[in-house]
Amino acid sequence: MADIHSTFQYSTPAHRSGSSLDGMWLFLATEVLFFGALFLAWTVSRHYHAAGFAEAARHTEISLGTINTVLLVTSSLAYAAGLAFIEQGDTRRLLQCLSLTGLLGIAFVCLKLLEWHDDFYEHLFPGSGFALHGPDPGGAQIFFSFYFVGTGLHILHMLAGLGLLAWVILRAWRGAFSSRSHLAVEAVGLYWSFVDVVWLVLYPLIYVVGRPG
Amino acid sequence: MSHALDATAGEIEAATVRDNRDNYLTDEWTVWSWLATTDHKRIALLYFASITFFFFLGGAAAALMRFNLLTPTGAIVSPETYNRLFTLHGVVMVWFFLVPAVPVTIGNFVTPLMIGARDLAFPKVNLLSWYLFITGGAITLWALFMGGLDTGWTLYTPLSSAYAKGYVVPVAVGIFISGFSSIATGLNFIVTIHRLRAPGMTWYRMPVFLWSLYSTSVIYVLATPVLAMTLLLLAFETVFRVGVFDPALGGDPILFQHLFWFYSHPAVYIMILPGLGVVSEIIPVFARKRLFGYKFVVWCSVMIAVISFFVWGHHMFVAGTSIYSAIVFSLLSFMVAVPSAIKVFNWIGTLHKGFIHFDAPMIYALGFVGLFTMGGLTGLFLATLAADVPLHDTYFVVAHFHYIMVGGMVSAFFGGLHYWWPKITGRMYPEMWGRVAAAMIFFGFNLTFFPQFILGYLGMPRRYHSYPPEFQVLNVLSSAGSTILAVAYLMPLFYFAWSLLAGARAPANPWGATGLEWQTPSPPPVQNFTSTPVVTEDPYSYPSPEAIQMEQAETGEARPNG
Repeated sequence: MADIHSTFQYSTPAHRSGSSLDGMWLFLATEVLFFGALFLAWTVSRHYHAAGFAEAARHTEISLGTINTVLLVTSSLAYAAGLAFIEQGDTRRLLQCLSLTGLLGIAFVCLKLLEWHDDFYEHLFPGSGFALHGPDPGGAQIFFSFYFVGTGLHILHMLAGLGLLAWVILRAWRGAFSSRSHLAVEAVGLYWSFVDVVWLVLYPLIYVVGRPG
Repeated sequence: MSHALDATAGEIEAATVRDNRDNYLTDEWTVWSWLATTDHKRIALLYFASITFFFFLGGAAAALMRFNLLTPTGAIVSPETYNRLFTLHGVVMVWFFLVPAVPVTIGNFVTPLMIGARDLAFPKVNLLSWYLFITGGAITLWALFMGGLDTGWTLYTPLSSAYAKGYVVPVAVGIFISGFSSIATGLNFIVTIHRLRAPGMTWYRMPVFLWSLYSTSVIYVLATPVLAMTLLLLAFETVFRVGVFDPALGGDPILFQHLFWFYSHPAVYIMILPGLGVVSEIIPVFARKRLFGYKFVVWCSVMIAVISFFVWGHHMFVAGTSIYSAIVFSLLSFMVAVPSAIKVFNWIGTLHKGFIHFDAPMIYALGFVGLFTMGGLTGLFLATLAADVPLHDTYFVVAHFHYIMVGGMVSAFFGGLHYWWPKITGRMYPEMWGRVAAAMIFFGFNLTFFPQFILGYLGMPRRYHSYPPEFQVLNVLSSAGSTILAVAYLMPLFYFAWSLLAGARAPANPWGATGLEWQTPSPPPVQNFTSTPVVTEDPYSYPSPEAIQMEQAETGEARPNG
């Protein structure tokens, strides 16, 4: 019963894929509000603790952050190219592009974990052993709270994205997609790009704002 | 959509009684066929069961509180237990009853039927949302029973993060998870209403209930994630002792309140908008009249949803926010009254010169109109800055929002339940018992909550376990009312159960209503419709009162009672 039920309300495949993409866009809208609340709280706290946030920002590793930004933007570019290829029916090129996307994504996660490792090593995780004792240590701790919540949630989204990517690659490898039917590629691509965009907001919030001062 | 009581309705009834053995309820019998179902009708019933459990759980906590308030020093429980009782009551009633109540049960059941679809857009997501809901509910319940929580449902920091004796993090996790159930439901409804309407079902031919659900869903999708992030930061602060919100650690407690109410005020409209929709369905049917000012009613739903996002600051008038922001929020809060009042006038306009039938759903709906008006008007007192200062956190506020949430929303939920019960179960409930329960709820409710307006006006603060002796008479009145209310809420449980076993078989359209859901047998077949319906008329296309009078003059007899 379940199998008949999951599609029988649609009249055509196009009807179904259009609805699914609507659903994905709406899901991304909820994600915007989810991260939006974080960015709002982050910005308000920065307003109260400008000195602490600036000091904390100087202890982040901008080189790793910048490399990661390049990796992630490139991964989205590769994904978009893959989508363009499957729209022409080229499954082999799709597989190559998605594999590149996946490798770049894994590289991002590894670098991020390395960065976390360094942060823990320098006692930058908020709590009793916190290392920074500048003019506003409480503010610096709040900065690193946001840092770990923000990057932690982003990593979780990356891992979910990598799982979805593996699923799409597997299906592509089995030849499930054609120029006319590639809903999963498109829907997962929307998600992947969204996770990319979240990072593009996190990057300046973490590494750039307040750093020169 | 055919006219209410023409010949085809009779033919459908005859056909229904013949072969209603083959429907969504009898399709498969195994437990697994229920737990793994993707049929929106079965998922609605799973939700009905869960929601009913939470309603009576939250109600039991309220009953204990009212019992305790019989005497000025507290009759039965300690102050700590009292704090845990009102927290349990609030958390369960808000997040596990009121927020999901109508959309996931009635909405789930009738939305595809009303637009002529076979199911929601994403049936598996619909099932997932139920599992998220019961998972979140189970975690929260576990925490509330293991040791409970004494912060009130609002979980204000730093009380919750630094001082609370109880399970803040598990409760936050439970609410967080059930929030994703709301999001999944809202997303599903929005896509369904956009994509799955039957041929001819234009936006302005949709029943008002669907417009309400659509507006509700927009709030689900846009407001819930903000609460999710707020709870996440709260849990982080509680576990790691870092001050995002705790002023002792450099945080900002008002920031928590802003984020919390950015969700929780729109959530008030999540709770009431579906109720407004249900009542807009019931009144035209039992007044035998077209809904007055259809476009005003539907756009007022949308307006309420939009404005709901811009009024959260009125919860913080006395929390130390800027006076200028308070003035703006006060003004914006008054604006919500405009579309709400327009709806009330539209219902009254619909009743005017209608052929009113006092069936149980109608009694609930009429009760709703009165209680909603009362709750709405007292809201204006609280939106007024000067009046809110003394009334804030008193029983006046408690009475105000219970008039909307319980008097309004719960009445609408029960009204809708009676109205669609024949469609859902294929059985008629005992009409006389239905009317008695509806009337008792109205009187019991007023006796419970009207005295609380006076208590609040006299200055009795909410959430207190004891009170000065001069408040005792009003408190006893309120507690007395709550016993009537409790009995009235329990009654449908019994006569609905009875009707499942011994109720008369329901025809396809027992009320003579318009609307696609009444053109398919009761209970509906698995695919809802044997062939895709084509819509050619506006909703509520009942004959005009003049036409009915002419017809009566010609035939010399009254129209049969629906």
